[in-house]
Amino acid sequence: MINHGGSQGSCHNRQGGADSVSRRSFLQVATTLGGGLVLSLALPAANATAAVDAGKFSPNAFISIGGDGKIVLTMPYVEMGQGTYTSIPMLIAEELEVDLNQVSLEHAPPDEKLYANPLIGVQATGNSNAIRGAWQPLRQAGATAREMLVSAAATRWNVDRATCHAERGQVVHAATGRRLGFGELAAEAARLPVPENVALKQPGDFKLIGTSAKRLDLPSKVNGTAVYGIDARPPGVKIATLSQSPVFGGRVKSVDDTAAKAVKGVRQIVRLEDAVAVVADHMGAAKKGLDALVIEWDDGPNAALTTGAIADMLEQATLNPGAVAETVGDIDAAMATLLVKVEASYHVPFLAHAAMEPMNCTVHLRKDGCEIWVGSQVLGRTQSVAAKVAGLPLDQVVVHNHLIGGGFGRRLEVDGVARAVEIAKHVDGPVKIVWSREEDIQHDMYRPMFFDRLSAGLDKTGMPIAWSNRFAGSSVIARWAPPAFNNGLDPDTTEGAINLVYDLPNLHVEYVRVEPPGVPTAFWRSVGPSHNVFVTESFMDELAAIAKQDPVAYRLSILDKTPRAKAVLQLAAEKAGWGEKLPERVGRGASVQYAFGSYLAQIAEVEVSKEGKVRVRRVVCAVDCGTPVNPNTIEAQIQSAVMFGITAALHGEITVKNGRVEQSNFDTYEILRIDEAPTVEVYIIPSAEAPGGMGEAGTSAIVPAVANAIFAATGKRIRKMPIDSNALSLPG
Amino acid sequence: MPFTIKVNGETHDVDVDGDTPLLWVLRDVLGMMGTKFGCGMALCGACTVHVDGEPVRSCITTIDSIAESSITTIEAIGRTEAGAKIQQAWLDLEVPQCGYCQSGQIMSAAALLASNPHPRDADINDTMSGNICRCGTYVRIRDAIKQAAAS
Repeated sequence: MINHGGSQGSCHNRQGGADSVSRRSFLQVATTLGGGLVLSLALPAANATAAVDAGKFSPNAFISIGGDGKIVLTMPYVEMGQGTYTSIPMLIAEELEVDLNQVSLEHAPPDEKLYANPLIGVQATGNSNAIRGAWQPLRQAGATAREMLVSAAATRWNVDRATCHAERGQVVHAATGRRLGFGELAAEAARLPVPENVALKQPGDFKLIGTSAKRLDLPSKVNGTAVYGIDARPPGVKIATLSQSPVFGGRVKSVDDTAAKAVKGVRQIVRLEDAVAVVADHMGAAKKGLDALVIEWDDGPNAALTTGAIADMLEQATLNPGAVAETVGDIDAAMATLLVKVEASYHVPFLAHAAMEPMNCTVHLRKDGCEIWVGSQVLGRTQSVAAKVAGLPLDQVVVHNHLIGGGFGRRLEVDGVARAVEIAKHVDGPVKIVWSREEDIQHDMYRPMFFDRLSAGLDKTGMPIAWSNRFAGSSVIARWAPPAFNNGLDPDTTEGAINLVYDLPNLHVEYVRVEPPGVPTAFWRSVGPSHNVFVTESFMDELAAIAKQDPVAYRLSILDKTPRAKAVLQLAAEKAGWGEKLPERVGRGASVQYAFGSYLAQIAEVEVSKEGKVRVRRVVCAVDCGTPVNPNTIEAQIQSAVMFGITAALHGEITVKNGRVEQSNFDTYEILRIDEAPTVEVYIIPSAEAPGGMGEAGTSAIVPAVANAIFAATGKRIRKMPIDSNALSLPG
Repeated sequence: MPFTIKVNGETHDVDVDGDTPLLWVLRDVLGMMGTKFGCGMALCGACTVHVDGEPVRSCITTIDSIAESSITTIEAIGRTEAGAKIQQAWLDLEVPQCGYCQSGQIMSAAALLASNPHPRDADINDTMSGNICRCGTYVRIRDAIKQAAAS
């Protein structure tokens, strides 16, 4: 969530990818978030318990090879569907010289020192940052271990080290045909000094990187044996479910639990200041018990809140100056000389995450320790919040991480862990707290609402010479990583609004931070770009229309300074058959972006019915994400991100009335279903650049592509999300 | 009150209220964690199991409605011909991402294939639109059902 290229101002590193994910930004964030962060790419050593295990070779915190030959890789990033439990092992295995089927994986425990993402200084899986963070250090981890194993073999055979090499988990002396398994060398390798700066392979020598290696987590995900946090079942566990104040900031006034206690299987009612939980033998009884509770709430200061009032607040805020996020040329002088001035305002709503695995957390709190079972994107923070709420030292909190049934940013937050430990304080023995879907949606932390005010000036050929944007909304970074919020700006909220791929000689962008009362905000798949790319790519489309030019040709003419962006747009347009004649009420729309270190262009084809119903029929995507580590995963992530974005564009909106979130389950907070899903074609541009992120980019790119396609189909410009079908229906 | 239910060929005695949804009996009483909770209102399909071969949403199927029927869950669907084909196609095309909804997707797809060996796109839409996948694996779900049908 934190590291973005060229944030807060001037130059933008357009090389993309891990090496460049802007070194400047990396240092900047690392030093601000830093506390003890190692800035070099030095590998963290193995933890103490692993190191003392005789006969085991653990040259760093990611690799452990036992005397029995068992190779265990410890995963510093968590698997939530994005394929990191395959791509991270690929990076290590490439250099270690083992096959993927020779390794087994372990979730990393919480440890900010060993397992922080080097790009952001936090043990977090987010911001499409795993491959970018791991690209250098985890290949280095594999190479270092391999070198030590090869050296151990050469010493044992008393031959020149240069005559030995590693392959498929063995060291080979080719001249004599001798071979030794890594396990047989583990004890000796463990006694060798850890070499520094072992050379990494050249891209031409990659065997695994760049292949569509099969995902390692899939067998368990088709036969029901995959274990998510919600599946944790420590012996004697009770199941609890809860009701939290329907208004954020409200409190429990009174509880009548007479009927609830009479429900078979209900064991206990836990009353907190702002929530009530029912503890039972099983979730059926807990839910039935919860339904039987009579709770009276004191709604508190947000009792009258509405999202309409927040929208007005944001709109008003854009009338006043904000923090200058980027300025190029002289916007006022340019505007004064231009022939055509264009103005527009845009609005995006609050959005819920609605991961399929509802929020849950299992806790066993004892006097002298606490055990947590959960799926979390932030293991270290999970441990520290549990320790804080439980009143225990950090080292007395054990966290068991799990597969995650959908993260999308929701599990970068630890509010659920804190709530679970609060409840567990009242329960003797282990308790699993499971949020109902309604609680999950109504007590989410939401993608912020934004209001944007844009203007542009076109020269006599219709090209944009001046571009101005002032937008207002919440800064998630300011709460999540306060040191990264500086001078009224943070690198996430502005990503996609500044450092645009286009050549715009005069540009001025301001951000006004407004924290809405009563609606907590959080990261949401594609975060800043989810809002900004919709706005900028829609507005660019408006300019093309006013200039009476083809929207793709218009964009291409101002993309010369970013050839990688130009190339993806050209490829997507070509593959989509851009320019073909289409039936009435069918249109195609384009978008191009640089976000998360990757270049992405999309062409969406939509059909709008007479009644105004929008159907996205086909999406064509071209991507340049630097070195493609696993092309099949890249394709899967784009397919996924496209559906996520279309869901938001067609259905996504959280509204608040009387302080209460009005949506509650999948009938009122709709998710795209298979009968609405388009085909998705993905074209990957070959590249040897360091890899960029791929988990989120497709979400931000699809929303303007769909909106622009609707304009092409109907002549109606979409400036507010979600898309209002009523405004698209034909009269009569 | 006690109920006797047959799950994946084995009988189990459970002592819960009659209106307890089957989902919670499977997960919390019997410890069979492959069947997932998503919405509790039959809106998402994550909890799909088969009762006498028919797909049902176990989150709204009460235990007192089961009687002598045979329940099949994700843990045993591979023993059926259609289930095995679907699981193989799911692996071949690498359908799952987070995987949480996939037990339900596979149960719905297996039931579709068992009753309709050559489903058309419209049939796939009809059956599978009851199952939400937040990771949006729909392109591959469709392709995998077609591959399973052709296998």
